[in-house]
Amino acid sequence: MYKVKVYVTLRESVLDPQGTAVKGALHSLSYTEVKDVRIGKFMELVIEESGRDINELVREMCEKLLANPVIEDYRYEIEEAVAR
Amino acid sequence: MKFAVVVFPGSNCDVDMYHAIADELGEEVEYVWHEEDNLDRFDAILLPGGFSYGDYLRSGAIARFSKVMAAVKKAAEAGKPVLGVCNGFQILLEAGLLPGAMRRNQGLKFICRPVQLTVENNETMFTSAYEKGEVITIPIAHGEGNYYCDEQTLERLVENRQIVFRYHGENPNGSLADIAGIVNERGNVLGMMPHPERAVDALLGSADGLKLFRSIVNYWRETHVVTA
Repeated sequence: MYKVKVYVTLRESVLDPQGTAVKGALHSLSYTEVKDVRIGKFMELVIEESGRDINELVREMCEKLLANPVIEDYRYEIEEAVAR
Repeated sequence: MKFAVVVFPGSNCDVDMYHAIADELGEEVEYVWHEEDNLDRFDAILLPGGFSYGDYLRSGAIARFSKVMAAVKKAAEAGKPVLGVCNGFQILLEAGLLPGAMRRNQGLKFICRPVQLTVENNETMFTSAYEKGEVITIPIAHGEGNYYCDEQTLERLVENRQIVFRYHGENPNGSLADIAGIVNERGNVLGMMPHPERAVDALLGSADGLKLFRSIVNYWRETHVVTA
């Protein structure tokens, strides 16, 4: 059993309207040292051992559904979760 | 001519779309549930607006994997007119039937009001009833209509005249190059954020959307009905 954490963010080259708004809010709270804010998604998956390579499996799911490669980047961390 | 209005869980412009075809255009139309896998009996496919699957993950991201989408792809490959409005446009992008992706509106707000569009290309099966450069009024209603694609894709869109509608005057959502609607390279798949089906009667503020549906019917008649 694996616990997989997937992080999806907008690509560097893509303007992030939410991040820009939050940065503005932080600045108005006088946190002027904040230079950039990017907002993304965090997903936790619990995946059963299936004989398939776990890296390959997660990458495939990210490319197909969890992220949109046109505007988003993804990264993930795999933790071997407690077995039974 | 027979139209299909594809209905996903969360579609909410399907009835308007049906009304536009059945009552304003006087053509045959049928609702098709997203679990159907055959659209061979239809001449044109309409993907209505709404919030398919609650817009979870990304707008259109889950709907694109529903059974009916394989049939939509097949219809597109056969050259049949496929029109996606609003959420329908988002689904076509996610499905890869059109290039690019949608971001949240620049102002982060859901915008629901009539906007003006320029008809950039009136030589498509969706726009032949319009004049070139005609300015029309069609309502928008979306929170994620901020169209994006990379530079090479934009160049291709311009070169092939795939940008069909641009926002006229003010751009409401920050979309790249003021894009409001694009077609695929072949010209038979149109995605647009504005709702032509909500602009089919002057009583509702505008009837400018009617010409879009008329164009589709004209195209079909020209290619399918042999004149004596």
